[in-house]
Amino acid sequence: MTEARPATGSRPVQEAGPAQGAGPVQGAQPVKEAGRSRRPLGAALARPAVLILTGLWVAGPLLPLAVQAFTDQWFYPDLWPARWSLAGWEQALGPQSRLAEAVATSVGIGATVAALGAALGAAAGRALAWHRLPGRRLIELVLLAPVLVPPFAVAMGAQIVYLRAGLADSLTGVVLAQLPAATAYATLLMSGVWAGVDPALERQARTLGAGAWRAFREVSLPQLRGGLVVAAMFAFLISWSDYLLTLLIGGGVVTTVPLLLFATAAGSGNQAATAAIALVAVAPPLLLTALAARQLAGRDTALLGVGR
Amino acid sequence: MTTDITIADLDHTYPGATTPTLCRVTLEVPAGSRTAVLGPSGSGKSTLLSIVAGLSTPTGGDVRLAGHSVLRQPPHRRDLGVVFQRPLLFPHLTVAENVAFGLRMRGTDRAVIRRRVAELLDAVALPGYDERRSGELSGGQQQRVALARALAARPGVLLLDEPFSALDPQLRGDMRALLTELHRREGSTTLFVTHDRDEATDVADTVTVLLDGRVAQHAPPADLFRRPTTLAVARFLGGAGNAIPGTASAGHFDCPLGRLRLDTDHRGAGLLLIRPEAIVVGDQQEDNVVPATITAVTDRGTHLDIQATSAGVTLRLTTGPAAPLRSGDHTLLWLPPAHLSVVTP
Repeated sequence: MTEARPATGSRPVQEAGPAQGAGPVQGAQPVKEAGRSRRPLGAALARPAVLILTGLWVAGPLLPLAVQAFTDQWFYPDLWPARWSLAGWEQALGPQSRLAEAVATSVGIGATVAALGAALGAAAGRALAWHRLPGRRLIELVLLAPVLVPPFAVAMGAQIVYLRAGLADSLTGVVLAQLPAATAYATLLMSGVWAGVDPALERQARTLGAGAWRAFREVSLPQLRGGLVVAAMFAFLISWSDYLLTLLIGGGVVTTVPLLLFATAAGSGNQAATAAIALVAVAPPLLLTALAARQLAGRDTALLGVGR
Repeated sequence: MTTDITIADLDHTYPGATTPTLCRVTLEVPAGSRTAVLGPSGSGKSTLLSIVAGLSTPTGGDVRLAGHSVLRQPPHRRDLGVVFQRPLLFPHLTVAENVAFGLRMRGTDRAVIRRRVAELLDAVALPGYDERRSGELSGGQQQRVALARALAARPGVLLLDEPFSALDPQLRGDMRALLTELHRREGSTTLFVTHDRDEATDVADTVTVLLDGRVAQHAPPADLFRRPTTLAVARFLGGAGNAIPGTASAGHFDCPLGRLRLDTDHRGAGLLLIRPEAIVVGDQQEDNVVPATITAVTDRGTHLDIQATSAGVTLRLTTGPAAPLRSGDHTLLWLPPAHLSVVTP
């Protein structure tokens, strides 16, 4: 990193060009043309085909949901529902439904986990990226633990601990239980972002009269913004889709959208209402991804460690 | 506005290191002066600067600004400006916002900031660059913005860490002139570290040579070349080409060339040093004229490198490129007493 900076300093204009996308496009042009002249049809079709197949693979399972939410009767051999209806939605959104409450709970927990996870991840990521910590590799392995360790094992153990600590069956308990995984993801992401921020800049700010906290706020924070948005989004999504920990720690008192969805699917057998709730559960992730994509497109994506 | 710097018995050893980086470094920088700390890489000069700036804590000794110890003060309370080798402009701010940064941290009034920024951008020959980003500037322009930024809050002390080393040689000369000019205007006591002896002698009124973490010599630039106090200093400054063993006594040095007159505090066995540029060809009707035979002449275009022998001693000297000298010529060489020094072998 330190070696790369002087080059940026001495030839900034040329450096800025490729980042805007002008360089790579020019560089890619000849290659593309060469490929076209050899096998024109294959090259032309390969990309759209891959895109469509990937899209189907990801969105495919969602399509029946979208249809089912608006049907009344749709039985197995029929390719198409027999009758359309909004009954599922009426049930999902109606006075007896607890969907609004569940969404509010989920958003509240998700927002708290996102804010805390991103903040903790930013702090830990700075330490990982900037300081030569002893046992750094071990720390990184521990951070990956939420991905490696089966969630059931964690959840069962966590339940005992939270019960003893008197944190079970409460919002606080659920937030605390979800936080480690969210923080781990945020830390991995933020350490990549911090690696792209020059520590010397904060030192320079200190010599110009900024205290330690102010130097961070004025100099590093503006460069972290894009990364923080993505980290918070990740943390929110981890919280939003969590089922097991919320079920065990929340003890049925804390009802989030996934819990309501599962209860409706298992308890009522009302497929239309279940599909409607499922669509509500899918909406925020899609919305957030779209927003994050816009956020990233507006900024220099190279600033994000993810891109490196 | 200006502040004197006192560095007293400064020791620093990095954690885990066996040898100290700085060893009893003592240095007085009078208010308003320009002092260079000159040393090869690894001599500890950057560590010294970072301790004065408050970015490192020494293991011993004291740093005083205007008579007050500042070791317990964090960097942002020390009333100084620092320019590093890299410009380190804040990438998310414009040129004007960069220059204004220190003033903003001090809560200065906006109108005052605007005036001061315009004044400084003029001073560093970048008027109208206010709204540019650091990415749109050349390396030299970035470093000029960094200089303006460091001086904006009128600090009592300006510290520079190899400020021009990353720039092209031609640009470096311009920057030295600019720095001298800025110092005249702003008057901040300037302490800068460099490994480039031309930079040190061009900009500074006093040069401290730092070798292996110790102050080897502290003198005005001319004295440094004329009277190095140790062989190591002479070697570092490229002035150990002529080192003649002999014995020093009050006002004299006895060696194979004969009894030479000079002024030295050294007594007993020593090495006589004289820079090749200081030896004058021809009879000057003075003391210290020795007969010599020229053994080699190399034309370097801008000057001649000449080797001569006298009483079995080889002398290296340089002359102007048009000097009518050839190998085998017999000539007289004058060794001016003011350019002779004696060091411990």
